[in-house]
Amino acid sequence: MITKIAIETIQLLIVGLGAPLLVGLVRRVKARLQGRRGAGVLQPYADLRKLLAKEAVVSETTSWIFRFTPYLLVATMLLSALLVPLLTTRTPLGFLGNIIVLMYLFLLGTFFLALAGLDAGSAFGGMGSSREMAVAALAEPTVMIAIFAMALRVGNTELDEIVRRGATDSLLLLTPGHLLAFLAFFIVALAETGRLPVDNPATHLELTMIHEAMVLEYSGRYLMLIEWAAGMKLLIFLALLSNLFFPWGVALTVTPAAVAVACVALVLKVGALAVGIAMLETAVAKLRLFRLPALLSGSFALALLAVVSFLFVK
Amino acid sequence: MPWTRRSGFLGFPVPDLNGVARQLRATTLKLTDLQTCPPREVRVGVHRDTLVPFAEYVRGRFGARPELIVAEDTRAACGTFTLRYLFELDGVDLFVVASVAVPEDDRRFPSLATRWYLASRFEREIHDLFGLIPTDHPDLRRLPLHQFWPAAYHPLLKDAPSPPAFADDGTPFPFRRVEGEGIHEITVGPVHAGIIEPGHFRFSVEGETIVNLETRLYFVHKGIERLFETIPPERAVELAERISGDSSVAHALAFCQALESTAALQIPRRAAYLRVVLLELERLYNHIADVGAICTDTGFAVANAHAMRLREDLLRLNARLADHRLLRGTLIAGGVTCDLTAEQIADVRETVQRVTDEFDDIVTIALDNSLVLDRLHGTGRLPKQTARELQVVGLAARASGIDRDARRDHPFAAYADLPLRVPVYSEGDVWARLMVRVEEAREAANLIMRALDGLPEGKISAPLPPLPAGASGFGLVEGWRGPIWHWLVAGEDNRLARVKIKDPSFANWPAIHYAILKNIVPDFPLVNKSFNLSYAGNDL
Repeated sequence: MITKIAIETIQLLIVGLGAPLLVGLVRRVKARLQGRRGAGVLQPYADLRKLLAKEAVVSETTSWIFRFTPYLLVATMLLSALLVPLLTTRTPLGFLGNIIVLMYLFLLGTFFLALAGLDAGSAFGGMGSSREMAVAALAEPTVMIAIFAMALRVGNTELDEIVRRGATDSLLLLTPGHLLAFLAFFIVALAETGRLPVDNPATHLELTMIHEAMVLEYSGRYLMLIEWAAGMKLLIFLALLSNLFFPWGVALTVTPAAVAVACVALVLKVGALAVGIAMLETAVAKLRLFRLPALLSGSFALALLAVVSFLFVK
Repeated sequence: MPWTRRSGFLGFPVPDLNGVARQLRATTLKLTDLQTCPPREVRVGVHRDTLVPFAEYVRGRFGARPELIVAEDTRAACGTFTLRYLFELDGVDLFVVASVAVPEDDRRFPSLATRWYLASRFEREIHDLFGLIPTDHPDLRRLPLHQFWPAAYHPLLKDAPSPPAFADDGTPFPFRRVEGEGIHEITVGPVHAGIIEPGHFRFSVEGETIVNLETRLYFVHKGIERLFETIPPERAVELAERISGDSSVAHALAFCQALESTAALQIPRRAAYLRVVLLELERLYNHIADVGAICTDTGFAVANAHAMRLREDLLRLNARLADHRLLRGTLIAGGVTCDLTAEQIADVRETVQRVTDEFDDIVTIALDNSLVLDRLHGTGRLPKQTARELQVVGLAARASGIDRDARRDHPFAAYADLPLRVPVYSEGDVWARLMVRVEEAREAANLIMRALDGLPEGKISAPLPPLPAGASGFGLVEGWRGPIWHWLVAGEDNRLARVKIKDPSFANWPAIHYAILKNIVPDFPLVNKSFNLSYAGNDL
């Protein structure tokens, strides 16, 4: 029992406390790649602390949804942190939900964020919500198909089971379907977490924003919660990508040594993906908004091919 | 790009100053006081009632366009208001300056608004600031003054009292409304994210597609033209430098040239060459910064990071040359204040060469990126016809196929000795405006080198004689955005009776309304940045 609590606590701590570090790392690497010195990797912690101390200005025209959404976002992310096999293939609360539940936990947050964007009645919020919904609607089928590609492989939609099969049967990782599903999932992860070339997290131009436009009305502790949740979402997506597709180092048995190794492996894998994202964001420009369907339907095609290859390439 | 030679308008032989004067004299338009002011001006008095036929005549005969319309409150001197119309002749370095008297007791004058769009905006400005009424003007909504200004208060009248106490009463500006199924209005500004100036943008969109855009500017209208009338001409150069910060040299130079033209002063040759160096240094740092900023707006931040580094190198070079990063304090009427030593010249050469080499690398990296190119091509297209009709100027005009550059067409400083390549693109999109900047930046570096090569020895300034009361003149400078005009009238006791400024932004702001049509909302910042117009220079 204590082991189980300990593992879940570690997972919560990794996601909750690691998220700002991950954001800081991506920003730092991007700055270095652009030839700038950039802020330190710990800067996001300072930013969150600053926001927490600031007064929250809430428009008089908003309803309870506006105030509720930040808490919901953080809650769904922390709950996801409990479900995802970050360290072991025996995540104690893993039985609560499979990968489909996880995806819809994310989507619940997106849904409420879009509502909150509309809530204040500003032109930017509505614009952001409408764009976010368009992107979500395009990303959704890809997520499902990519999931089915992996679930078909192991005959199970349990995350633990998918990771365990990958970790024990390394030949599975060499199938073409695996690579295709990874690419599809990676593109969707970029779209879902608001990274380039879908959305530009560094822009100050309201008219071009997607995610940032929805949260433009937020300030103070509400904004801090939203930024924190966005960081956690990025971390969970990267952790999922690394453990589902590169399940090396994940503890198959729950021993302190194995969990320690799993922690180190997770940090390295997520760090490597973060550097990869920073490099990608340096190399690409933002896509024209109306070109997004092409990108996302491309990732849909990849996911579909992954499924097909699992059916035919046994 | 070929060296371009201009032929006369519509195949007419290229007219000269006396030829223009002779042809005007031969008309039946009741012209008065016709005089030639060599080397390039014909001045003529036109009666109010014959202004429209006169304008039609010079348009038809010389392809002339009114590029500047100035109102002057000359009631104390001659009992009437005076309007000045500066017509620029097509393809030749000549100007016709028409003066029109408007009596005090009947403050109406005929409108040219339906013939030239730009004239309609000058007339709205005159209507607000002087209370003169352009008859048959199709759109007399307010321009520089916002709705809450008292209706009868015209701040540029000489007898205007101190402004009465008033505050914004919330009266809305009568925007054009687009109505229909699914049309949505997005209002942006006047306060924006980032460190830019204030301006209000009102988009009517259908989904993400923009079907109409109206801008409301003049939030930083600060009465700068009136301010010139209160300070001595020597101090006024400092004020001119502050009209639009990124064009400090260009505005100061236009003002100095207006003073020199009014006082009929020739500047030393060395000063003329140094002015070229200063103006091109300003062009270089602005163009490099703009290329970076356009890349940022496509999300390609790496190009911007390096462009900003190069801009900083150039600003530090400026500081080493002139003790001011924006080169303020370098120009005075009659010449320049900072001479360049041999070490400084070597410093300029070395820095400019290194910066332009690295700039070429940045441009290559950015333009090799197909995602960046995809954002630039076809975005914010301003057709040549529209650009012509709006009298768009400067780099925006050259990107839309209009081959004009005041440095070549109306040489000032030492440009007559330094022939230059004028890049012209026909696409009119963001890419074309970027390419014009890239090529002009290279040409600016080239001009700096050649001006330093040919730098004559001698004095760097000549003393400015007192201005003859009532004399007037203008300065025309091709700044990095486009041509800057300063019209100046000397008053009693060596003071300035009137200064009128035209920044290229004034002519180019309406172009954005047309360039953005049928584009999508998230592309607006990119289109806007590709014009990069000044709010301060427009609002005055």
